[in-house]
Amino acid sequence: MAGKIKSLLALGAVVLTTAALAWAGADAPAQANGAPKPVITKAVKGEQCVEDTDFMRRNHMKLLNHQRDKTVIEGVRTKKHSLKECIECHASEKTGSVAAAKDDFCVSCHSYAAVKIDCFECHSTKPQGPMSMHPLNAETAHYKHKLAARTTSEASAEEMAGVAQ
Amino acid sequence: MSELNSMSNQAPESPERRRFVGAATAAAGLAIAPGVMLYQVAHGRPDDQPASSAVRWGMLVDSTKCATGCNDCVSACSTENGWTPVAESEHPRQAPQWIRKLELEDPLTQRETNLPMMCQHCAEPPCVDVCPTGASFKRADGIVLVNRHTCIGCRYCMMACPYKARSLVHEPLNDTQKPDVPRGMGCVEACTFCVQKVDRGDGNTACAEACTAAGHNALLFGDMNDPESEISRRLRELPTKQVRADLNLNLGVRYHGI
Repeated sequence: MAGKIKSLLALGAVVLTTAALAWAGADAPAQANGAPKPVITKAVKGEQCVEDTDFMRRNHMKLLNHQRDKTVIEGVRTKKHSLKECIECHASEKTGSVAAAKDDFCVSCHSYAAVKIDCFECHSTKPQGPMSMHPLNAETAHYKHKLAARTTSEASAEEMAGVAQ
Repeated sequence: MSELNSMSNQAPESPERRRFVGAATAAAGLAIAPGVMLYQVAHGRPDDQPASSAVRWGMLVDSTKCATGCNDCVSACSTENGWTPVAESEHPRQAPQWIRKLELEDPLTQRETNLPMMCQHCAEPPCVDVCPTGASFKRADGIVLVNRHTCIGCRYCMMACPYKARSLVHEPLNDTQKPDVPRGMGCVEACTFCVQKVDRGDGNTACAEACTAAGHNALLFGDMNDPESEISRRLRELPTKQVRADLNLNLGVRYHGI
């Protein structure tokens, strides 16, 4: 009797799993490779970040943590690894922020990697002054059309897998 | 005596510093039109240098010059540091307040005294003594700060402070913070002597600037360790008091006329 119930249960499980897989496959074929890739927008200012892109993808949090202690406790305010300078370059032109919309620079990757950002509980997500008055904008106004052409790029699956490792 | 002399020779005005200040001033003089000088250069500290204990920032409050009804220091602080003025807050009783204006009256003589009250930047701060996480700390240059990265919002420091100088942020700020002044819900905060301005080399605080701009000149900010500074000179001349001097906290804010 017990054996019969077990085999019935097993059969039921197999049927349900197959059905679920079939449903998932039919419903969202685009998501077969996982969640939508993050949108990585090129920084408004400059060609190259303060460190290599690969290095920054893996280690930006270490740099920021180190810098925050140097700044708060000792009063060292070098610009190279400061969060404020990240925001200066990476704030989106649309929202003027690095974390206001879901495509903004910080949020885009962090939601993909499911890592909560605590920085912006306290730190402003926007550069000093409104975007229109922002020195970056004054500097880049004359080649805005060029910027628009190269604004967004999707990170490849391999790149993101590298970051995850 | 000879020892004392040699010490005073080494003190802040070392030849090296003189050369640096001289060169910097010359550079500024070259860069800017004649007659326009950068005064800030004198107190500037390179970005990569930590705050030094050779400096002790302090403030002299001349309450005889502090005007009745004037609130300029408070509003300047709120503008510089991005906290909502208490009157505009939805919950005024728990709204953060970094500096507040007091108007006192002696019940016997009816003599009125005006003064701003804020963090006194003690040399021996009780808030630092009690902080369970080490978030409350004194920087090398004497500025007492809260490290919001380690503050857990327990408010023990608020109870320990004899000056009621600290407040807790109770409500989310929704990205209204100033880029230079991060602050957030669940952390304790207080007057920072405008640490962002000090580090920039302004050598002054928003409240003192506002007081000077209003023509009262009741607030004077400067380096109490530098015998040549304006604040040291005035402290030598004027009789001043520390509030609750009985606690022996060696305050960074001194009051004249109370």
